[in-house]
Amino acid sequence: MLKQPLVKVPGSAGKGEIISIKTKLRHPMETGWRDNALGQKVPRNRINKFICSFNGKDVFSADLHSGISTDPYLMFNARVSESGTFRFIWYEDGGREYVKHWNIEVS
Amino acid sequence: MTRMTLDTIKLTRRQALAAGSGAALALAVQGFIPDAAWASPTDAKEMLTNLTGGALLKKGRVHVTLPRITDKGPFTRITVAVDSPMTDGDFVKAVHLVAERNTVPEVASFFFTPMNGKAEITTRIRLKKTQIIVAVAEMSDDTIYIGKGRTKVSRGGGGCG
Repeated sequence: MLKQPLVKVPGSAGKGEIISIKTKLRHPMETGWRDNALGQKVPRNRINKFICSFNGKDVFSADLHSGISTDPYLMFNARVSESGTFRFIWYEDGGREYVKHWNIEVS
Repeated sequence: MTRMTLDTIKLTRRQALAAGSGAALALAVQGFIPDAAWASPTDAKEMLTNLTGGALLKKGRVHVTLPRITDKGPFTRITVAVDSPMTDGDFVKAVHLVAERNTVPEVASFFFTPMNGKAEITTRIRLKKTQIIVAVAEMSDDTIYIGKGRTKVSRGGGGCG
């Protein structure tokens, strides 16, 4: 399965404008309760944390549990007052991280 | 003739367990006993108390948008919006989602800052069966508001969650 984070953020915005941010990561979000075709347990593999930061400051974070669907999708808002870079990090159970950056110009 | 619902199955399972292991084994063969224990609204309430520290839950300000009926329980779109100016002095600290009839009731916790501008979150959650989803919002002045939404998961549309 492709594990590329998908992020939808406008490239430019007015000062103080509230923009909508859509993020999605292709990920199975295995709960660890499912059996595969051979009758073996599929090991647990979830995204447990998501953090969005802007210019080094945390904007939004989320603790995700088994109740979140496959391909965790999150849509939230951010108020931007200066140009800078959004940084999105997804933390997997095994310690792996998926990172995505996005530049935005504020005029 | 009474129609057998999930609740009656659950009851018979309990009775069977109390009656003897033979009956329980028969039910296990039919696949009625899941690996993890069934969650109940009581568990969800306990979990909420742990999350909020036993504070008083006020009604209002939290709006939960859910489809009235869905045939895709594992992909239920949910929007939680909280009435808040989101300024430095008055903002929403966190929103917790609890699905009380799922295998594990906790779904997610979202943490906001004044930089969000709007306390609104849209995501997709897994629903095992028809149930009420509870959203709890923690404000910056430590008051806690609660909002609820209900979705009917149509027959055969539930997911592992």
